[in-house]
Amino acid sequence: MDILIDHPTTAKGEDFPRWGIEGACFEMLPNAPYMPFLGQCGVGKCTKRNENCADGVFRNRALLPSRKGSVILKGIMLFAILAGIVLAAVTPTIYRIFVKKIGWLLALYPLGLFLFFASKITDVSTGAIVHETWNWIPSMGIQLGFTLDGLSLIFALLISFIGTFVLIYAGAYLKEHTYLGRFYSTLLVFMAAMLGVVLSDNLISLFVFWELTSVTSYMLIGFDHENPTARKSALQGLFVTAGGGLALMAGLIMVGIAGGSYSMTTLLADNNLLLSSSMATGMIICILIGAFTKSAQFPFHFWLPNAMAAPTPVSAYLHSATMVKAGIYLLARLSPILSSHPIWQFTLPVVGGFTMLLGAYMAYAAIDLKKVLAYSTIMALGTLTLLIGIGSPVAIGAFLCFLVAHSLYKGALFMIAGIIDHETGTKNLLHLGGLRKYMPVTAIATLISALSLAGLPPLFGFIAKELMFESILATSPLHVGILLISLLSAMFITAIAMILVIKPFFGSYQETPKKAHEAPVALLLGPCFLGVTALLFGFFPSLVSSLFSESSVRILQSPQHLHLALWHGLNLPLAMSTLGLFGGGLLFLGWQKNRSPIASITLQISRLGPESGYYYLMDGLTKISKWQTQLLQNGKNGLYLIVMVLSTVGLVGYTLLSKYGLHLHLDLDDIRFYEWFIASLMVIASLYVISTRSRLGAVAAMGVVGFTISLIFVLFSAPDLGITQVLIETLTVILLVLVLFRLPGFSHFSSPLEIVRDIIVAVSAGTLMTLLTLAAIDVQFFPSISKFYIENSYVLAHGRNIVNVIIVDFRALDTLGEIFVFAIVALGVLSMLKLRGSDGD
Amino acid sequence: MAIKSRRKKSNTIVLHTAALFLLPLQLLFSVFLLLRGHNDPGGGFIAGMVAAGAFVLYLFAHGVRSTRRILRVAPRDLLGFGLLLGILSAVPSLLKGKSFLTAQWWIFHINETEIALSTVLLFDIGVYFSVLGTILTIVIALSEIDHG
Repeated sequence: MDILIDHPTTAKGEDFPRWGIEGACFEMLPNAPYMPFLGQCGVGKCTKRNENCADGVFRNRALLPSRKGSVILKGIMLFAILAGIVLAAVTPTIYRIFVKKIGWLLALYPLGLFLFFASKITDVSTGAIVHETWNWIPSMGIQLGFTLDGLSLIFALLISFIGTFVLIYAGAYLKEHTYLGRFYSTLLVFMAAMLGVVLSDNLISLFVFWELTSVTSYMLIGFDHENPTARKSALQGLFVTAGGGLALMAGLIMVGIAGGSYSMTTLLADNNLLLSSSMATGMIICILIGAFTKSAQFPFHFWLPNAMAAPTPVSAYLHSATMVKAGIYLLARLSPILSSHPIWQFTLPVVGGFTMLLGAYMAYAAIDLKKVLAYSTIMALGTLTLLIGIGSPVAIGAFLCFLVAHSLYKGALFMIAGIIDHETGTKNLLHLGGLRKYMPVTAIATLISALSLAGLPPLFGFIAKELMFESILATSPLHVGILLISLLSAMFITAIAMILVIKPFFGSYQETPKKAHEAPVALLLGPCFLGVTALLFGFFPSLVSSLFSESSVRILQSPQHLHLALWHGLNLPLAMSTLGLFGGGLLFLGWQKNRSPIASITLQISRLGPESGYYYLMDGLTKISKWQTQLLQNGKNGLYLIVMVLSTVGLVGYTLLSKYGLHLHLDLDDIRFYEWFIASLMVIASLYVISTRSRLGAVAAMGVVGFTISLIFVLFSAPDLGITQVLIETLTVILLVLVLFRLPGFSHFSSPLEIVRDIIVAVSAGTLMTLLTLAAIDVQFFPSISKFYIENSYVLAHGRNIVNVIIVDFRALDTLGEIFVFAIVALGVLSMLKLRGSDGD
Repeated sequence: MAIKSRRKKSNTIVLHTAALFLLPLQLLFSVFLLLRGHNDPGGGFIAGMVAAGAFVLYLFAHGVRSTRRILRVAPRDLLGFGLLLGILSAVPSLLKGKSFLTAQWWIFHINETEIALSTVLLFDIGVYFSVLGTILTIVIALSEIDHG
């Protein structure tokens, strides 16, 4: 395939950095075209896996002349993402026209994406990488860069494939809901943002998309915004993931500083660059916090079960199949450059392993159908983290298989949970039973996905589980703990799979709030398709093996060949699987009998969990902000002034005295008699302001002060300032008079103590200003910039009035800011007055 | 005090008549200040305040309702218009790939008279309307409290 390459740091004729170890080879053509916004670009031909590259020496090979057609490829990924956002903007309008078929219609977007990404499978599997780069904020080295390689392709396929069914499903699930248009808008923005996360080559754009997924997740969890639980859960999810996002941002910036680039391609080209930096430890900790919060690893896992307050399509899509895997994606993506650090090697298996066991146990103890699935998702996310932490080729193979297998069966199971809830009116496992007669198709779909969940042949989940056991067995014997944990989790998960199939569908029929009946096609399509896909991949793992091999090349940065098969022979992993099955069977029987003690013990223990820490933190924050608001912003204007004046006096006074010392030199010889007159007029007016009991008198006297100041401006040849001051004074007096007539009379006059306090504050402010002025006369703190303006005002800005030139040209951005401040002030006054009016009614 | 009367309308015939004649003169003067501002004392900020002063004088003489009528648009629309011009004046520099708000000039001659148009002028007009809009929004809102 033709690929457009663009690498601004590489001079023409130099070698390009290789894309991975077995990278494809390119050469810049001698007459490489110049692209607007992009700079010099090369159009080359990928030479596939070239043996000459495998030895680690890069040679340019197989040049083909540039073709116009190849440029067309450029822009498709940006278009794919932007299309989602544009579509989201028009969705509420479309919804009004196609109320009934909206889901089917919108599903065309992810379907189109899926077909596009699927068409790239062959090329990408053979080592090709598609790059796109736009300069976004070039001055900061931030590009909107997209890369499609094996790893991002798998994620992109999952996002678009499951997204298609989720959109169809949501149309039936939230049928004719008032806010369905809004729901679809948010979901589409999420979809586009999620694609942005997995396709971004630039760390900053990745972060922006990452945060966008957090925000859309917040809106979707809180979709049922009249429900306080939903609002609370939404906020919790946002605080945890966006809080982690802040840590991630710090981590990514550290990566950018240490690696000298925000481009993933550049960073991945040198494995030792980042870890040799002094920031390595902080960088890894920050990135891990970001990834762990997003992917619900212990101790940040608690937001995910609460996020089940969202409508089921959201749980199926965001909180199991895609968004929570963003953290996992980041870990996989960065593992080539960070995985050799001890913190990484220690934290990932430990946190992943513990999260896995915790999730599996909590899923076993829960009785709400969606909570069961949420906790088992936490278990799956823990497993994925664990596998990246192990990092061997088999582990990465298991990681990829488990990733895909989990997205398929968990997406399906969530949709089924939604179906059961929708068609029977309850999702409490204890109230369900014998539904297979009424919902046969749902029962079969559940069976297929649950088999994959339990890791039974011939489902794809089985292959993933076998590989996982194989990789854990291959690690050093010290990791016997991990082996035990994973075996135990496998037992729990098997039990859960049995519960999910047997409890609702078998046994005697239980009366449900709604009369149970089979779901419509739109609801069943997703679970059935996802189940069939899992079955297909199980029977024919060769369908995905080349793409998975290519992905593990990206994660491991070394040549890989992944062999996937259902039957590995009689070996230790198979024995462990069997053991897990039997254990799971026993646990299932135990669940039937001892369900309530398990649930009550779990509830007691979980009170001590990290979620209570979260609530302590939030309560503490509220208390502190309440305390400081009462202290600093108690609504008394006088106090505000005192606080502001005193802090200014303290800070500025300290700086002045410590840095420049006292300057008391004052030359009074040169002062003209009218200047004395103006100054004494000002003093007299000020004294009148503070001594008069009439507000109007005070305002007028303030006006006198202002006008005398403008007189000084005129005397010292600053006509612009003089005019402005006169106008400002006039308008101030008018405004104050308008306000004054609406004020009630003085309720009380200051007590002697308050007067003394005010005098101290006022005198200290006056003293500070005097000292500052004296110092300013004496010391030239900085070289004066007036010379620059005098010289350049006419030359550069065609204006002779320097003040005006500064306002509208040299410092126009400041002025623009200021006129917006005007606007805010005016609107603030307007709304205050209008609101006051409506309160009076 | 006379101003304290509810209707906010001055009874003095002198102010009443003077305001009628001063308004157009002051507005004309404000435009003069605006246009000369780049080379001589003046500019959008000062001119905007002069214009606002003209309307405020009229308001004191003839009342809020009459002022709103001669304004024709809501004062906050003037404010919005000013902000819009301020933003628009940044567009040409962006289109040319220069830094944000870099001044662009177009100078041409008609019968030996040099006419200099620039984004700076546009920006200054934007400042003019923002200042005018801000002051009028506040003053009119304050004067209307009793009527609301």
